Amino acid sequence: MKNLTYMEAVREAIREEMRKDPNLFMIGEDVGPYGGEMGLSQGLWKEFGDLRVKDAPISESAIIGCALGAALTGCKAIAEIPFCDFIGVCMDQIFNQVSKMHYMFGGKARIPLIIRTPIGGYQSAAAQHSQCMEAWFVHIPGIKVVMPSTAYDAKGLLKTALNDCNPIIFFEHKKLYQVKGAVPQEEYAIPFGKADIKKQGKDVTIIATSYMVQIALNAAKSLGQCGIDVEVLDPRTLVPLDEAAILSSVKKTGKVVIVHEAWKRAGIGAEIASVIYEKALSDLKTPIQRVAAENVPIPFSPTMEKYVLPNEEKIVEAVKKICGEG
Amino acid sequence: MNCNLDHWLSLYHKMLKIRKFEEKVSRLYSDGEIPGFVHLYIGEEAIATGVCSNLDEEDYITSTHRGHGHLIAKGGDLKLMMAELYGKKTGYCKGKGGSMHIADINLGILGANGIVGAGIPIAVGAGYSALLRGTKQVCVAFFGDGATNEGTFHESINMASAWNLPVIFVCENNSFGVSTRIDRVTKNTDLAKRAIGYGIPGVTIDGNDVLEVEKCSKEAIDRARAGEGPTLIVAKTYRYHGHFEGEVVTYRSKEELSEWMQKDPIKRMAEKLRIEGIPEEVLGRVEEEIDAEINNAVAFARESSYPEPEDAMEDLFFSEGGNE
Repeated sequence: MKNLTYMEAVREAIREEMRKDPNLFMIGEDVGPYGGEMGLSQGLWKEFGDLRVKDAPISESAIIGCALGAALTGCKAIAEIPFCDFIGVCMDQIFNQVSKMHYMFGGKARIPLIIRTPIGGYQSAAAQHSQCMEAWFVHIPGIKVVMPSTAYDAKGLLKTALNDCNPIIFFEHKKLYQVKGAVPQEEYAIPFGKADIKKQGKDVTIIATSYMVQIALNAAKSLGQCGIDVEVLDPRTLVPLDEAAILSSVKKTGKVVIVHEAWKRAGIGAEIASVIYEKALSDLKTPIQRVAAENVPIPFSPTMEKYVLPNEEKIVEAVKKICGEG
Repeated sequence: MNCNLDHWLSLYHKMLKIRKFEEKVSRLYSDGEIPGFVHLYIGEEAIATGVCSNLDEEDYITSTHRGHGHLIAKGGDLKLMMAELYGKKTGYCKGKGGSMHIADINLGILGANGIVGAGIPIAVGAGYSALLRGTKQVCVAFFGDGATNEGTFHESINMASAWNLPVIFVCENNSFGVSTRIDRVTKNTDLAKRAIGYGIPGVTIDGNDVLEVEKCSKEAIDRARAGEGPTLIVAKTYRYHGHFEGEVVTYRSKEELSEWMQKDPIKRMAEKLRIEGIPEEVLGRVEEEIDAEINNAVAFARESSYPEPEDAMEDLFFSEGGNE
């Protein structure tokens, strides 16, 4: 094993696949000599040249459209949108074109296309640079949704994504970029639709995504000190969703807290809770709790941002509540 | 017959095929045989025909909601098209797409499109792909005058110009976005002038003269293939039918329509052929061949089965099973 940051792990997956496939290219704003707005593509332009690591104009629709047109015609494309918040600008290309083409065309189009985009708050970046928009894409049939929470998952899931022939949106969390984790020396890939139990436990299941997995693990540690044995389950991909793993953990604990950074209303937590209610109501000992952002735009000032976003205390409180200790 | 005349006859054949296919579709639609929305290209046939006459099978096009003409001109199969319009299992998209979403990737047809201006950036991507894979393919983006006020038009031409991509932007200017005449929503209606802003050639041509379309688009396609970058072609034309079939057309005069019908691209080509001494029976034979092909297509569509309802659950993703 080697120790890589989450960002290095993503970069390594891209580099390895670009070395194998000359028709794989990356397009986005400042991905070239500058090395990416987050620094993720450092060194790639130098290694692969201007055509394969392409600095695009600030034209998100054309970036996605260009990646799509190329993917339809024999290339494989990685499009980077430097903040997930900018994705509204190119939403038509994603939800009416990229996601629907394979189906609309009767299953005849191959679309090996990955949209990579950083998400998340906790940086006082305010309402247009802090969002997590995964629920939009989970709602749209025809695009796979990936949300890694560790360096190991990021690399393994991206390797799978880069060998898929379907549109994929890959959400990377800004707060995770510098977090280190063990990554195998040898090649590996993590299949989609396989959740990972990040911590085994028997009393309560916390289902958390992306950066919230790390926060949930911290919460689990303090809850352990209070004698509550928490299981932390990371679905890793939201489409496809590993319902079997979720339901089996629910069967074991009978108590569920769902944690995500995006807004609570109509967030992925609402979907996961519905799956559990529809398929495993009798396994539940208490109603499901959700810990998620309050339904306001993410505010700038640290005091207010802290109030709006989920954190360890809120998770601990929710877990204690369903354990009858709140 | 000299080879030039042979070629003219083939252009006439293609335009007439598009016209007669759509006239048939119009009747079948009003008879209730074809469901959904249908947008017809009748009156504009010279543009798709003239442009695609310069394209090879490996070249690409992106099309619009008014796409039947582009598909036929690029070699689309009438039977598969008609079956798709009927919503049958044997159609181009197995009944999942309909008129606005027909594609044939093997023929380089990257899809009709239900969203105005949305095909333009996809064309840029096909051009980029040709460059990356080191081929000499080009891509033509067809779109209407309405699309020139979409952001995708600007983003795409800027991107293709910046990188000298092998993309040809063909604006079919029929003066109307649905009901709204272009001068009510655009200050400078000389749309080819916009090319100046992107540093590429822009030309306005008579979109009802198939030979002029063919000649101008050949120059643009040759430039693109030679790595000299994109061109904006604005082809002036007129649609005879409403924006969609069944529309009550209240926004233009009968006089304006009949003026344009005097400049009908197919009549003009027939006239040229007659002047060159092509006998009536040759033109008649062309029409008979087309009628037979269209009748075959209709018969094929009628005889084909509808998809099973649960076929709706297939083809979401590319894989062995195609399901989520």
